[in-house]
Amino acid sequence: MTRLGLVRIVVVLSGLLAINYITWRWLASVNWSYWWIAVPLVVAETYSVIDSLLFGLTSWRARRRGEPPLPDPEATVDVFIATYNEPLELVQATALAALKIRHPHRTWILDDGGRPELAEWAERHGIGCIHRSTDWVDRPRHAKAGNINNALMATDGEFILILDADQVPRPDILDRTLGYFSDESMALVQTPQYFVNVPGHDPLGSQAPLFYGPIQMGKDGWNAAFFCGSNAVIRREALMQLGVSRYALELQESVAQALRTARRVVRRARRALDDPALGELLTSIEYDSARALRELERGVGVADVTYQFARRLRDAERRVARSDADVMAADLAAVAELAAATGDPAVGVPVLDPAVLAEAVDRDWSAVGALAAVRELIDAVDVTRGDEAQPIMPLATISVTEDMATAMRLHTMGWRTAYHHEVLAHGLAPEDMSSMLTQRLRWAQGTVQVMFRENPLTQKGLTLAQRLMYFGTMWSYLSGFAAVVYITAPILYLSFGVLPVQAYSLDFFARLIPFLVINQLLFLVVGRGIPTWRGQQYSLALFPVWIRSFTTAFNNVFRDRPLDFAVTPKVIGADAGPRWDLVRPQLIAMGALVAASVAGFVRLALGQAPAFGVVFNVVWVVLDLALLSVIVRAALYRGSAPQPERLPV
Amino acid sequence: MSDIQVHRTDHGIGVVTPVGRLTMVAAKPLTEAVVALVDQGTSKVVVDLGETTFIDSSGLGALIAGLKRCRQAGGDLRIARPTEQVTTVLRLTNLDKVLTPRATVDEAF
Repeated sequence: MTRLGLVRIVVVLSGLLAINYITWRWLASVNWSYWWIAVPLVVAETYSVIDSLLFGLTSWRARRRGEPPLPDPEATVDVFIATYNEPLELVQATALAALKIRHPHRTWILDDGGRPELAEWAERHGIGCIHRSTDWVDRPRHAKAGNINNALMATDGEFILILDADQVPRPDILDRTLGYFSDESMALVQTPQYFVNVPGHDPLGSQAPLFYGPIQMGKDGWNAAFFCGSNAVIRREALMQLGVSRYALELQESVAQALRTARRVVRRARRALDDPALGELLTSIEYDSARALRELERGVGVADVTYQFARRLRDAERRVARSDADVMAADLAAVAELAAATGDPAVGVPVLDPAVLAEAVDRDWSAVGALAAVRELIDAVDVTRGDEAQPIMPLATISVTEDMATAMRLHTMGWRTAYHHEVLAHGLAPEDMSSMLTQRLRWAQGTVQVMFRENPLTQKGLTLAQRLMYFGTMWSYLSGFAAVVYITAPILYLSFGVLPVQAYSLDFFARLIPFLVINQLLFLVVGRGIPTWRGQQYSLALFPVWIRSFTTAFNNVFRDRPLDFAVTPKVIGADAGPRWDLVRPQLIAMGALVAASVAGFVRLALGQAPAFGVVFNVVWVVLDLALLSVIVRAALYRGSAPQPERLPV
Repeated sequence: MSDIQVHRTDHGIGVVTPVGRLTMVAAKPLTEAVVALVDQGTSKVVVDLGETTFIDSSGLGALIAGLKRCRQAGGDLRIARPTEQVTTVLRLTNLDKVLTPRATVDEAF
């Protein structure tokens, strides 16, 4: 039997046992008298069952690509090294390694920090250095996505190798990846991110052997291999096509929205007006807005519609300019304020905020103010996209993790991606817990942002399996809420005798134990013995990070709050001691679990609790503690000695 | 490789004609040609695609960049005489919903 055959048997078994267990839990076991913990527990368990089913689906068609096809020797490549504030030696070591890549290419440092000494150094070594163009001044910078979008406009290779500043490439990185692009529909080839400064026991959970292995291979089997931001080769045509299509799509939407708002603003101003001459003028503009909207609906090009509309508007303004100058000045100030409020510097989604627009309509505008407001609205979404540095943004800017959103959009357009399972670059992982927490928070926030902004389940153009592959990753980031329940339930039982199930009966264990066992077996078979324990620990132990990522991303997407985004530091900070303050919720949870166990034994001794219930819950507590304990190791971790090959060149 | 020809009509309209393949390699020269026209005071520009045998998305990007430059100067950029391949690519990216191609250079403005 093939390996995949064995995996499929275990997947089917695990799926059946999972469904059997959770159905029985819902129908026959919930202790409704303690519904306030019983329901959260069964919901959390349902969450875990779905997670397990999605993992099974991922494993179903795992694709291990063997030797890559040979590359086209003529293929032109730009190597991008994206940097913001990393130490110069680090960037330089990566750049020098990039120069030694064998396939013909040009090497570029994309220095978002704009450091002149780095540009000077690069020039001496025949390396290009790209800074943001002046178009980016006072406009949303979009972090790394913006940095790469800027560089795309300044280069012209057919393919782009993207490297983080700390990812030192092997000379054969292009020889091993370019061949996949002989498939004309291949947009992207992702390779693993592997970190050299991580000791074998990986206290910070930096290596992701399950992700850069079975999970990516599984997603690849469904043509859903993810783009992970670095160590990937991308076809320029795919990115540019994405950028042009998004431009066309978003422009149609935002211009129509602005015209509708303009019409409302004018109508409102006209009603409040007592000047018949101006009133007539406003009527004509209202008419023009409606006309422009009709033209858009008829399919007239957006460029022509906005051009004609802007021209009519200018004529109208010229006629009105004779009227009261004081009123105009006051209104223009208000308009400027409005314009400032419509931009979103944190994310820069080029769509006007409906709440701000509604506010504009609610104000008591005079005719001149209405006119100026209309012009501002049109300006903000004209074909030039004046609110953005460049009209075309090939890399998605809807999320702080641009990579996932970009890959998903490529898939919706029918492009293919590949995961090539071979370490072709050596990177650096965060060396202290604080940086690690920042990094995980950022990844989680980015993923949840995409879930809210472009939910894969509703994206046209994706296959059902692709939708589930993207959704599965997002789903796994919701585990923080389930973790709270898994920590709270045994505490409640041991301390107060609160029983969330009807009984710890044979029925219960006969269904739970096989499910748990087969689930671990699935990890074992799929993972081929790679260490997965560290990952399981962090999945529970970082529950405050996951919850925070969810709430901050929610507030960012739906309430326009900033994310407090931070770039992951790649070197050890000069901190004094363990940062226990950063993991206070985990420490409190661990203390409560220990205290509850003591309480449980006391209640057992006093005859207030049955032995079996106490023992089962103490086992549960021990498991929770074993998972959570990783955070103590992380806090105490002092970094590893730098590897010899990582020393500055 | 594409060759980019530029001339001005008697009515002060700039006409840019990319000959051959308008791909990522020719995208920047095309944008630069439009920018040069605008800088010299010609902000109404027609890109004549009648001699363009092949266009890719970078070529479309150059058209959009040129459009932005012309609009900023109070003018406009229009496209004319797209070949069959160009029309297909315009439709594929939905850019035909933004830039409506004109049948001839003369009727662009």
